[in-house]
Amino acid sequence: MEFAIRALEHIGKNARVFLSHLSSLYSLMVSNFYWTFIAPFKKGQKGLSREHVSYQCVFMGNKSISIVFLVSLFMGMIMAMQTAYLLKKFGVVMYVGSLVAVSMCRELGPLLTAIVIAGRAGAAITAELGTMKVAEEIDALEVMGINPVRYLVVPRILALVIMLPCLTMFADLVGIYGGYLIGHYSINIPTGLYIQKTIDALVLKDIWTGLLKSFVFALIIGFIGCYEGLIVKGGAEGVGKATTISVVASITLIIFADCVLTSLFYFVFV
Amino acid sequence: MVDHIIEVRNLDKSFGDRKILNGINVDFERGKTIVIMGGSGCGKTTFLRILIGMLRPDAGSVLINNIDIVKADEDQLIELRKKFGMLFQGSALFNSMTVGDNVALALREHTDLDEEIIRIMVKIKLEMVGLSGFEHLKPAEISGGMKKRVGLARAIAMDPELVFYDEPGAGLDPVVMAVIDKLIFDLSKKLGMTSIVVTHEMESAFRIADKIIMLYEGKILEQGTVDEIKNSKNPVVQQFITGSAEGPIALRRSGEDYFKELTEES
Ligand SMILES: Nc1ncnc2c1ncn2[C@@H]1O[C@H](COP(=O)(O)OP(=O)(O)OP(=O)(O)O)[C@@H](O)[C@H]1O
Ligand SMILES: [Mg+2]
Repeated sequence: MEFAIRALEHIGKNARVFLSHLSSLYSLMVSNFYWTFIAPFKKGQKGLSREHVSYQCVFMGNKSISIVFLVSLFMGMIMAMQTAYLLKKFGVVMYVGSLVAVSMCRELGPLLTAIVIAGRAGAAITAELGTMKVAEEIDALEVMGINPVRYLVVPRILALVIMLPCLTMFADLVGIYGGYLIGHYSINIPTGLYIQKTIDALVLKDIWTGLLKSFVFALIIGFIGCYEGLIVKGGAEGVGKATTISVVASITLIIFADCVLTSLFYFVFV
Repeated sequence: MVDHIIEVRNLDKSFGDRKILNGINVDFERGKTIVIMGGSGCGKTTFLRILIGMLRPDAGSVLINNIDIVKADEDQLIELRKKFGMLFQGSALFNSMTVGDNVALALREHTDLDEEIIRIMVKIKLEMVGLSGFEHLKPAEISGGMKKRVGLARAIAMDPELVFYDEPGAGLDPVVMAVIDKLIFDLSKKLGMTSIVVTHEMESAFRIADKIIMLYEGKILEQGTVDEIKNSKNPVVQQFITGSAEGPIALRRSGEDYFKELTEES
């Protein structure tokens, strides 16, 4: 009996902590929305710094593009081999191109890119903001009358929302090319036929659902990354912990959101 | 009538069940230099943080230019803070920016001045703290005392009407400290800035203060001019001024309690 009560207490406490995190995360989002869409158009307000956004874009793109290239190239090749294994049984191996293209654009491109960026840019955001927080730099910003959400969070979120879909398109292309390498050189599908099958299979919806996914993933990476950074407590150790939490939480949430979005596209918007 | 820039009323603050500030009532006169003193860990930094609205008190009010900073909304706070400068105890420089950019940040964010003018203003402020020519270094490349001085230059970059200094003298050599003291003194006498200085250095406090406030056990133990504090009969104040280990301020409980605590089974 006592054990049950203690267990309940424990659950209750954790639930409360979780809920309070959720509500602070929500207010971070609201404030981000305000500083992105409302404040810059108010009179007498300093607008968004385009310089900061483009700096963040270059920083994130630069840091991740080579990994995105490698990961999606290999993924395309893997997909080609795996699908060929099955398609051979039915004697329709020329459809490898279709399968690779559709699965890259709808699923693997957005997902893999998001995971790579969560590990690269998301972790970097948390570590950077966390270090600033610990060194009182964020307090210093506030005392100068500079809102940390406007100055630090908004440019990062915007950069992610711009860069992740771009990187995703790049990953789609590279993945399809990886599939072609296997399809052409190892399975001996003629180049023309491979391209033909790829174009035939892809519809516009495959591409925009993928990009919509990557937009949602960008928000997840950005908000989790910034939030975890801004609430860091307790020195370098705290920054390390927060960075781990940030990456793990974003990847988990990304896959969860992927599942929700995919089922929406599958069941609702057919 | 005396013009008060800050009025603090019945301020309470606890961390957990430790009461740090307990019913503080004090006024800060415009254009004066007020020194806050007190033992390490007695809540001076906490008090400053409440004054600038970074920390919410449990009770009480802080009126700055007749606006209650405890209840102020985001826009009001930003407007108020444009008129503040603050030197943090640990400097809190932006490590990713150069020294020059640190000083220039507020100017870039709050004014529409030309980059050329900002550059000149930054040079002037750095010159004031004896650091001209260091614009291009990163905070990691300068010493702790230099960071303090850059922090000071950053705090006064916007020519604020109210500047908070959290231990400006810590980590500086006596000569630089005297220069900084003179700077604080001049800023308040010539430009009419109000300075609120937390310091442990008695000499420097006596040099710059128009008024000294002594915090002890969460309350204001004594306040007055330099002479009033020097001649105070209060044993705690006297112990603090003379810096002796013997007296009413004890770092630990009596020897007997201490022995009991050490030998006690936990
Ligand atoms: N965020 C916090 N959470 C819990 N306790 C805190 C927090 N900040 C400060 N304290 C406690 O409040 C007390 C006062 O701290 P404060 O930093 O104001 O001291 P101080 O007077 O500035 O000391 P010093 O002269 O050493 O800088 C300390 O005992 C400290 O442990
Ligand atoms: Mg302090």
